[in-house]
Amino acid sequence: MKLITAVVKPQRVHAIKDALHEAGISGITVTQVDGFGRQKGHTEVYRGASVTVDFVAKSKLEILVNDGDAQRITDVIVAAANTGNIGDGKIWITAVEEVVRVRTNERGDAAI
Amino acid sequence: MTNLPINGADTAWVLASAALVLLMTPALALFYGGLVRTKSTLNMMMMSFAAIGVGTIVWILWGYSLAFGPDTGQGLIGDFTYFGLDGTLGTVVGGTGNEIPTLAFVMFQMTFAIITVALLSGAIADRAKFGAWVIFIVAWLTLIYAPVAHWAFATQGGSGGWIIDKLGALDFAGGTVVEINSGAAALALAIVLGKREGFKRDAMRPHNIPFILLGAGLLWFGWFGFNAGSALAAGHLASVAMINTQIATAAAAMSWIAYERVRNGKPTTLGVASGAIAGAVAITPSCGYVTPLGALVIGLIGGVASAYAVSLKYRWNYDDSLDVVGIHGVGGVVGMIGIGLLASKAANSAGGNGLFVSGSPDLLFKQVIAVTAVAAFSFIGTWIIATVISRTIGFRVSRDEEMMGLDTVEHAESAYDL
Repeated sequence: MKLITAVVKPQRVHAIKDALHEAGISGITVTQVDGFGRQKGHTEVYRGASVTVDFVAKSKLEILVNDGDAQRITDVIVAAANTGNIGDGKIWITAVEEVVRVRTNERGDAAI
Repeated sequence: MTNLPINGADTAWVLASAALVLLMTPALALFYGGLVRTKSTLNMMMMSFAAIGVGTIVWILWGYSLAFGPDTGQGLIGDFTYFGLDGTLGTVVGGTGNEIPTLAFVMFQMTFAIITVALLSGAIADRAKFGAWVIFIVAWLTLIYAPVAHWAFATQGGSGGWIIDKLGALDFAGGTVVEINSGAAALALAIVLGKREGFKRDAMRPHNIPFILLGAGLLWFGWFGFNAGSALAAGHLASVAMINTQIATAAAAMSWIAYERVRNGKPTTLGVASGAIAGAVAITPSCGYVTPLGALVIGLIGGVASAYAVSLKYRWNYDDSLDVVGIHGVGGVVGMIGIGLLASKAANSAGGNGLFVSGSPDLLFKQVIAVTAVAAFSFIGTWIIATVISRTIGFRVSRDEEMMGLDTVEHAESAYDL
């Protein structure tokens, strides 16, 4: 089992969710996060005083998948999240030791 | 007891104006509340509401009497004749044919005292002890506001306040009493209390700009009572003051964002709100003395002058947090000097003619004297009051408390449950 973590532009989240839905993914977790990458922050001006906003708002998606699905789902996210602009985000995949469905106590692939 | 006869129309207008001006202080609470960071929003707003509560009590007990009671002889201050509003019931103020009940006038002027002291809170945002602020309100209204209001507003047949009765400088609705007074006092407060932790280092973004716009809109609305109400009669002069207020406020809102567009590339909503206030401030002393085109000029200049002035605190390194000096001090000076240049008896036959109308600098000199005297008195007096409070009970919270935010520390509350 794999955990796919994607940090993306908040305005792409709905498109990604729809694409994942079509790809057969039944659940994702979304968190609103702040950070910076190559995009850096931006500058705002209040009464003539420049304020550098270091952290950019992003959405973090977490998706549990079976080993065989990891590459396909990652491709789906890349396609839906890509705008071609700086700040489109990052995706990383990590191995998961165990997954449990709380209601039924199912384990492993069956719990995904 | 018999009530003396009054002019009903004038009385109705002054009563309505008093209510309009009172609304300006809650409006200021929104304006200032939006400008600060989340953690001290409630404290910022509480400072305005404390000004309403404490200011009302001080005003009816001795404030009104010191400001508008019989002059003690030098044109500097009134006496305690009207302590507790003694002797005001059933009496009238105003010229023949324009009499209004004294209590309507007391109420109207009370709202001026309240907003003026509330304005000062912007200079010390995020760092003042609430209890010290309450004590400061009492001291400042008594020792600074009441005398200055006496100087510029208390006309008593030539033997009242020195600015209005002896010098003959013109100040229709409080360019000296409210604007320059609050600007100079704010500078003194900002210096005595010192800078916020992180001033010039941390990003201190206004936390709620829609609040600021709502506050600015309500201030604009209330300002019609402030300026047109200062005619103390429902007639031509009030109408001149009202349309001039609208013209200058609108013009300054636009000139501020035009200046921003040129300097920073973007017109901002904070700029439009700030510009409106700067314009209303600049027209406050001049609204009853200039023509509509004069008001347009004063508004356009007032917006740009304040937009420029608000950045000086970073260069000169004083933390007038919400720009009381840059907006009220500078705007007040623009309006007072504007009278000396642009005043026209076409707008008000009881007013005067400025340099550009009469060719004579007489009125301009008088305006400069009034501005300088009020600014100096207010700055020095406020500096002394703030220093005494600072050295005795302490005016500023501890560094840790400041970092935590005054809402939890001073009021055990949070503005938002996020």
